[in-house]
Amino acid sequence: MAAKASRAAFGEALIELGATDERIVTLDADLSKSTMTAGFAKKFPGRAFNLGIAEANMVGIAAGLALTGRVPFACSFACFIVGRFETIRISVAYTDANVKIVGTHVGVAIGEDGYSQMGLEDIACIRALPNMPIVQPADELETRQAVAYAVDHPGPLYLRLTRQNLEPVSPPDYRFRLGRWCVLRPGTDVTLIATGGTVFSTLGAAKQLEREGISAEVVNASSIKPLDEELLGRSAAKTGRVVTIEDHSIAGGLGGAVAEWLSELRPTPLKRIGTTTFGESGDPAGLYSKFGFDAAGIARSVAKFLGR
Amino acid sequence: MADARLDAIARACRVQIIRMLTHAGSGHPGGSLSVIDVLVTIMFGRLRHDPARPEWPQRDRIVLSKGHAVPALYAAMAKAGYFSEDALTSLRKLGSPLQGHPDRGALAAIEAATGSLGQGLSIAVGLALGAKLAGWPSRVYCVLGDGEIQEGQVWEAAMSAPKLGQPNHPLDNLTVIVDYNRIQLDDFTAKILDLEPVVGKWQAFGWPVIEIDGHDTAQVSKALDQAEATKGAPTLIVAHTVKGKGVSFMENNPEWHGKAPKPSEAVAAIRDILAIAPDAWDEHLRNDAPTAAIVTELRALERK
Repeated sequence: MAAKASRAAFGEALIELGATDERIVTLDADLSKSTMTAGFAKKFPGRAFNLGIAEANMVGIAAGLALTGRVPFACSFACFIVGRFETIRISVAYTDANVKIVGTHVGVAIGEDGYSQMGLEDIACIRALPNMPIVQPADELETRQAVAYAVDHPGPLYLRLTRQNLEPVSPPDYRFRLGRWCVLRPGTDVTLIATGGTVFSTLGAAKQLEREGISAEVVNASSIKPLDEELLGRSAAKTGRVVTIEDHSIAGGLGGAVAEWLSELRPTPLKRIGTTTFGESGDPAGLYSKFGFDAAGIARSVAKFLGR
Repeated sequence: MADARLDAIARACRVQIIRMLTHAGSGHPGGSLSVIDVLVTIMFGRLRHDPARPEWPQRDRIVLSKGHAVPALYAAMAKAGYFSEDALTSLRKLGSPLQGHPDRGALAAIEAATGSLGQGLSIAVGLALGAKLAGWPSRVYCVLGDGEIQEGQVWEAAMSAPKLGQPNHPLDNLTVIVDYNRIQLDDFTAKILDLEPVVGKWQAFGWPVIEIDGHDTAQVSKALDQAEATKGAPTLIVAHTVKGKGVSFMENNPEWHGKAPKPSEAVAAIRDILAIAPDAWDEHLRNDAPTAAIVTELRALERK
């Protein structure tokens, strides 16, 4: 498989699933060309609704549609849709409406558009809701499976997708399961837990670290909520050192979730790699480098954390 | 000419609103009393529903977007047979399905969680669209507070509803009622953030608008008929109401937006609602056992 953005794989998967599942509908807020639901809208015009630049209303309408038996995917940039948190909180989560909230264009990796378009706090917000799983696939194969899972999951769910292309990382026989992570590379000195766009660069970092004599276990944590507590506990016990890597704030994201779990149940030295500032404009590769999300940056942080 | 049957139900619901709020010791009497005639006219005048099957897909739906007025909805639901009227005294108590604001998870037949103002109309639009897509005959009734339309999401929904589903599935199965009692929590709406021109705003957004006296059940019925007969677009009804309607000392008084009556005030309120003169009250209670039981119950609360 070639590199593909998870938003693109999402758009394709939705068309395939929509062909046999009439319940699936899409809602957009004037960004369907970017969230990649435009193809679905072209194929199934009666089941795609563009509400204009009004995300809160879109989320509420999605809740109403869900309560009449549809499976709505409400889509926008992660920052814009999760920015309507209070509507997600009451109309979707508390109402327990079967709405799939889809946030695309996550992280600094969107590049030139700059901070106002970057989803960097969305995981923290949604994670606080008691009944919404959070799924961030790391490549095309996993995205297709995650979208199929989202359709079947009975209840609200948050799907976090990238603008940028993602290199394949999953094994060919991979099967997505909520609350289950995938060990992409076994190791013994440190556990590197990455999600979404940072998974591939974390694999690169592990290769660099190997040359320095460090054996890094690389885990793809596509299920951010719930965590794979069993795998986390087992890997942390084995390596004794954990690093999380995400294109999101270190406050409340995957790193926050891992920190909460480890500190309560298996105290383990932990390093969280993520953003601690606002994002900024720039080319995606340059931003990944500046924020330390590229292979070299991750390897550097991990080596320092291990005292090497 | 008001509808005597509906008026009698609304009067009984008003008594239950006062009863449950007094038991709860908190809650919102003003907006519950202003909206009850509209709710009763919908639920007992036309709503296609079945209390024994609250999840019946093809039912009509009520979304009480002004969720703080849920005592009015609970009173009407109890009267319709969703649960016993005695259950109303559990309002706002630990473990009760009668949450302080509507909770769909706690109580079947609550269509959506509301109470965070501004959200209900969007949900109602989605319900109306979903019913159309499914080919159901369901109608959706959404009740907005007047102060609530200060919320921006209401206008996002208002802008979308007349256009959504066109041309094959126009949302003419959606009727929206604004409970225009002219008072919000802090003060009169005109003093906080004037809503006028209300009619002109909704018309500009593409809605046919009907203005009525929201306490005249015959006018409410007629407006709901007219809305149902309107094809191609949803309809907005501006129901001019009096906050605290039916209880003289609560009427048109911002103080009673969010304060429960004390037991002694509750008994006076019930006497007001039933329009019994003070000197005829004891005699009335001797002949009205259900009300006498409520009064005894409330007086017992005072001694607690």
